[in-house]
Amino acid sequence: MTTPLGSFPGGLVLDGQKKRSTYDAIRKTPLSKKLILPLQQHIGAASDPIVQVGDKVLKGQKIARADGHVSVYLHAPSSGTITAIDEQPIPHPSGLSALCITIETDGEERWIDLEETPDFTTLSEHEIRHRIREAGIVGLGGAGFPSFIKLNPGVHHTVETLIINGVECEPYITCDDMIMRERAEGILDGIEIMRYALRVNKCVIAIEDNKPEAISAMELALARRNDLHNTSVVVIPTRYPTGSEKQLIQVVTGKQVPSNGLPIDIGIVCHNVGTSYAIGRAISHGEPLISRIVTVTGTDVKHAGNFETLFGTPMHELLSFCDTHREANEPFILGGPMMGYNLSGDHLPITKTANCILVGVDNAARQADPLPCIRCGECATVCPVSLLPQQLYWYSRSKDLEKTREYNLFDCIECGCCSYVCPSKIPLVHYFRFAKTETMNHELETQKSDNARLRHENRLERHEAEKKEKEARQRQRKLALAATKAAKEKEQAEKAKTAESQSDNQEK
Amino acid sequence: MLTAILAITIMALIFGLLLGYASIRFKVEGDPIADQIDKLLPQTQCGQCSFPGCRPYAEAMAAGEADINRCPPGGETTIQALADLLEVEAKPLDDECGVEKPKTLAVIVEDRCIGCTLCIQACPVDAILGAAKQMHTVISDECTGCELCVPPCPVDCIDMVETKLNPNTWRWPDPSHVDLTLEDQS
Repeated sequence: MTTPLGSFPGGLVLDGQKKRSTYDAIRKTPLSKKLILPLQQHIGAASDPIVQVGDKVLKGQKIARADGHVSVYLHAPSSGTITAIDEQPIPHPSGLSALCITIETDGEERWIDLEETPDFTTLSEHEIRHRIREAGIVGLGGAGFPSFIKLNPGVHHTVETLIINGVECEPYITCDDMIMRERAEGILDGIEIMRYALRVNKCVIAIEDNKPEAISAMELALARRNDLHNTSVVVIPTRYPTGSEKQLIQVVTGKQVPSNGLPIDIGIVCHNVGTSYAIGRAISHGEPLISRIVTVTGTDVKHAGNFETLFGTPMHELLSFCDTHREANEPFILGGPMMGYNLSGDHLPITKTANCILVGVDNAARQADPLPCIRCGECATVCPVSLLPQQLYWYSRSKDLEKTREYNLFDCIECGCCSYVCPSKIPLVHYFRFAKTETMNHELETQKSDNARLRHENRLERHEAEKKEKEARQRQRKLALAATKAAKEKEQAEKAKTAESQSDNQEK
Repeated sequence: MLTAILAITIMALIFGLLLGYASIRFKVEGDPIADQIDKLLPQTQCGQCSFPGCRPYAEAMAAGEADINRCPPGGETTIQALADLLEVEAKPLDDECGVEKPKTLAVIVEDRCIGCTLCIQACPVDAILGAAKQMHTVISDECTGCELCVPPCPVDCIDMVETKLNPNTWRWPDPSHVDLTLEDQS
């Protein structure tokens, strides 16, 4: 570690609570009889099903294809029969349903033929991105953004540094910690492939200093590999929310990602350790993304730990596997205590973005009995993006959406630091999420009504033009008619004249 | 006396010329108020306000010939926005025009459609696709839910379906009602 670390304003030092779930090694969750796979488990457009009810599928077989650019493929996590393609409740703060594919597993776990590529350098960068997309890989840190897009710097950017995010700053969550301890080699495989796809020389693996085991495991694996140059493990101080992409970049490089910008704009690409491992498996072994490691912990969980779980596994099966005592209808958290959200039903499936389930832990964004804001300014002190949460709160509350924009609402990363420190227990992040979705919805409606106006105007114009055309046609026809009539009359008159003159001649 | 009359006449002429020049030089294209009002209207083009479309209604409002509470699809929010813009008192929706309903989309029951094209002619935003004696269908992204296609259909095959909320269009609920109840208590 040669360059000094940077830092970001605000942030919090929280009690990690990570010990409980790191006693045991990663275990495999038993195969569920029924797997429910939402078609949208990533940011972007939902995948498009390519199987039909009654079809037999093999483990790893594609069951839905990417629809549009920002989308990925979806695979059958186990062999079995498709029993339904319909709307099912999905893990989402709204509690709404979305289109899902349900597979009844046969317990045989028969794989499709996997295309192994021991030497990835035989593939082009484009082929690698294509395979990563076909393998259904999305960011496993929690956001679920399709990874192949982040591995495409485009012609206008050159990438200087690849940052591998092993920070895991939120309390309780330990899935990244455990994957680094146990699968360091696999993570390095993924790093090598990503470096090749991005043509980047320098790589930094960032780990918080509260994970000494993970740090030594990664360093040991790195020391064994003499082909990975310019790759180093950087130990960074434990502070929430360092694991957030933009904050991590600030800590590691001292550079700030511009507002409305992307890390690529300053020559940096950031990927999670779990994603890196998945990319390694996908390219070298041809395995699509069909499972992830989920942390299950909390005071009500007897055998807390990390579980490699197939997507689609109902949460209640995972919870009962680790002996959880949860009252019926007792809410539990999906995600961490700071940024996660409450779920009430446990028949929801594990998805690509489900990194942690907490049972018996209070959500840090407390919602009970908020008191009036006393303008103490604590929220502004802890905000890692230097916003003014109290101002945003007033404007969000009075639904002054324009003002919230002026105060850069869309730079808010929803880390929850402000809600956490608020002495009045105001659910600030909830207000910001509310204002964000209101603004987005308002924009969508304006766009739609503008579109409708344009279509209506075009229609009126067309009708006008048609009317004019018709009139012109009628006029022309009338003129033509009049002309023929005149011609006929003239002819007749001439005929009459000649007849007259003939009769005159005869008379003579 | 004569000089005074002369002076005033000349001044009137000069100012008249000046005003005439200014009115040409600084002419505002279109009616800005009508444009602003039109922007606030939902553009369903449903005609429930008794005007043939949103634009004519906006022009009537700008001319002070129509009230601001005649747009059922816009509902209370539009009335409020119009009241703010025109600096008048907001008032409840005129019952004559209709009632505020949740947003709907037209859906053609394709088995029953006979391909008469009457609905295509009725649609104000060209959101229905089809040809004579061919099945018609609604482009759902373009449909404004104006219901104008429903009455002309001779076989009654158009249903107005409420738009369903999906996780992508879902909005976080307003948390402020929690505070309000608290304020009520204190």
